[in-house]
Amino acid sequence: MIDLSHIEKIYDSAAGPVHALKDISLHINKGEIYGIIGLSGAGKSTLVRCINLLERPTKGTVTIEGKNITAMNNSELREARKGIGMIFQHFNLLSTSTVFDNIAFPLQLSNTPKDTINSRVTELLDMVGLSDKADQYPSQLSGGQKQRVGIARALASNPQILLCDEATSALDPQTTKSILQLIKDINRKLKLTVVVITHEMQVIKEICDKVAVIDKGVIAEQGDVLDVFITPQQPITKDFISVLLSNELPVDFRNIEIKDEPFEDSILLMRLTFIGETANDPIISSLVKKYDVSADLFFGSLDDIKGAPFGRLIIGLDGSQDDIHSAMDYLREQKVKMEVIGYVSRHASSHH
Amino acid sequence: MSADMLPLITKALGETVYMVAVSMIISSLLGIPLGVLLHTTSKGQILECLPVNRAVGAIVNAIRSIPFIILMVAIIPLTRLIVGSAIGTTAAMVPLVLASVPFIGRQVETSLREIPYGIVEAAQSMGATPLQIIRKVFLPEAMPNIVAQLTTVVISLIGESAMAGAIGGGGLGDLAIRYGYQRFRPDIMIATVIVLIIMVQIVQFAGNKLAKHLDKR
Repeated sequence: MIDLSHIEKIYDSAAGPVHALKDISLHINKGEIYGIIGLSGAGKSTLVRCINLLERPTKGTVTIEGKNITAMNNSELREARKGIGMIFQHFNLLSTSTVFDNIAFPLQLSNTPKDTINSRVTELLDMVGLSDKADQYPSQLSGGQKQRVGIARALASNPQILLCDEATSALDPQTTKSILQLIKDINRKLKLTVVVITHEMQVIKEICDKVAVIDKGVIAEQGDVLDVFITPQQPITKDFISVLLSNELPVDFRNIEIKDEPFEDSILLMRLTFIGETANDPIISSLVKKYDVSADLFFGSLDDIKGAPFGRLIIGLDGSQDDIHSAMDYLREQKVKMEVIGYVSRHASSHH
Repeated sequence: MSADMLPLITKALGETVYMVAVSMIISSLLGIPLGVLLHTTSKGQILECLPVNRAVGAIVNAIRSIPFIILMVAIIPLTRLIVGSAIGTTAAMVPLVLASVPFIGRQVETSLREIPYGIVEAAQSMGATPLQIIRKVFLPEAMPNIVAQLTTVVISLIGESAMAGAIGGGGLGDLAIRYGYQRFRPDIMIATVIVLIIMVQIVQFAGNKLAKHLDKR
């Protein structure tokens, strides 16, 4: 659907050339919601603008549905852009036009007959839930409503692709949720391919199928959202995830010694991550029943990533070394990600 | 107050309104596209072309640096060429237009510069041509500001038309100089000034109203 191949972007600035994107290659499948996450200045906005050539890459090719758009002339490119909707952080609506006229704008550009415009805009207003706001001006709307107008406008000419450039970054958390929900709905309903640019892992977690982490102009890591969440490889990815999923130990264990080897009266602290169906399985209780160990729960959280349950536990295993090792073998057989933290004193925790 | 005053003032007012209105229309028709040209050819804009931008900018600056009273006299040959005479109300419009076009150009350029680039980018992402961006984004979005600035231009045209009047263009300025000053008629002088004040007030009021009506921000 969308293929970016060896994209480079170099800007000239007063301080010399700035290498904003370095050899970026991405493949985005049809119907996918693809997230690109990065800190400000990482190059993510430049990257998304390379997809519709609002920024022309210095090197590399952009192919959309088999067509190399980097090789197109201006008028071919304008035609191609009509198949790629885009929404923006600051909405970018025409302040002197009503909601209706804003949504009608792309249709007017292609000289669509008035009747067609009227019915199409009415349909879009209904889709984004703003039928009663048709005659209002953007200044009379809330941020969330403005973004809904932006979405309706982006969809007006029936694009195959929707680019979202920090579309929820100017919105409060509640509104963000409803806008993300809307994007998810239209992705399903219209089989739209969506590219989401954000600096918030929350957005990725909520709606994306795939994610690419961009750092200093290069793709640090990419893959299925669930995989990246469970086994992040790069420090930058871990940082993004830690905002959502704290990796800190429970307060009782923060200031005490954690050893690699067992000692007198020690328990083995470990972090377990359950994904999908296994999050609902009673693994801990079967563990305790099967082996002669006790398991103390120090921390637990249940989250969901794009609808899949995602549970995290910190437990302390107590028992003989043999039993603990068999228990660990058992855990490894389950669909559970196990991460050993180390041995701590049994008395460290106020639970005892 | 004498009986001859009312017809004199009415006639002069008519001439002033005619001079200002026609000059304003012609200046706007030339000045607004000039402003669009100045903005769109500047760096990072949709029709970026720095040589054109610099050349046009230099000409605009050159004309704007000439005081109106000197410009008026300096271009008499040009005025003759265009209207066939250097005297009269119509002849006075040539320097009025020449002075106002660059003024409007700069004002419009400033208004266009205030439009967030994101809106232009959004239009580009929808496949808009540069001409469509000018017609459907730049001009409507800047219109409230342009109206406010054209109001200022009308007011300075009223002042300049009075100067043009003094060298044979007719109108209120001509009346004030010939009767009020040269024939020692303070009543006519005062009446002229009052009429000018009222005119400016009306123009400013109407301009504010219209700009406010157009402004949906």
